Amino acid sequence: MPLVDVTFSALPAHVRTARLVALAVARRAGVDDDLLDEVRLAVGEACSRAVGVNGEQSPSSAVRMTLSDEQSRFTVEVVDVGPLDSSVAEPDLDALNPEQLSAPSETGEVMPDLPPGFGLAVISGLVEEFSVSSDGDGTHVRMSWPVTGAVTASDT
Amino acid sequence: MDLSLSTRTEGDRTVVTVGGEIDVYTAPKLREQLIDLVSSGNYHLVVDMENVDFLDSTGLGVLVGGLKRVRAHEGSLRLVCTQERILKIFRITGLTKVFPIHASVDEALAATD
Repeated sequence: MPLVDVTFSALPAHVRTARLVALAVARRAGVDDDLLDEVRLAVGEACSRAVGVNGEQSPSSAVRMTLSDEQSRFTVEVVDVGPLDSSVAEPDLDALNPEQLSAPSETGEVMPDLPPGFGLAVISGLVEEFSVSSDGDGTHVRMSWPVTGAVTASDT
Repeated sequence: MDLSLSTRTEGDRTVVTVGGEIDVYTAPKLREQLIDLVSSGNYHLVVDMENVDFLDSTGLGVLVGGLKRVRAHEGSLRLVCTQERILKIFRITGLTKVFPIHASVDEALAATD
């Protein structure tokens, strides 16, 4: 059973809330303090991506984030309603070309500057245990971290 | 916490002081600020990120977009950041090779290369 299950409408404003929830639950589950910034960033990337995907595909569909701790791992799963684009299934940071990225441009807009899958590539660079899969519901981004010292009732 | 932005002029450079969280929700505000500065002829920017608490790939995208714009005018965009948790995303993405990153605003203002 998940520790916490959050469903939120696909709006950028809610991504921060999702990060804060994930951070609080990770801390409580016993994820090492040194890893919490990583959890925060990875969850933020996964949720931003999901908000973007739903926003394009089906704005009324909610993003779902499930937090659980099983087998000494704290696991976060973020689910959107979009199909998995094969070009982002295996994010590759080496494909980024710094020179090309920073080429002068009069009209540099945000999205074209960063290739699709950039957020997932950041997660793959951050998190050892990371996977992306797709089923009838949409795309699942799953990541997990080791749990070292769970907070017990007597600690709080 | 939201995003805070302020700008000041130092000689031919413009210092943009950013505080708070730069993410998918707040990044458009920073993008507008950078676009406004470039549109009004400020091509040498120093973005002070010492008070930034969180930066994600959307924020990186905005900084890359700003860099592209100033470069179109032979300008520069320098970052000030010493926080490990913010520097980490620049390292992971290889963007440390793209942005000059300085340890202080004074150092960024003095840099000429």
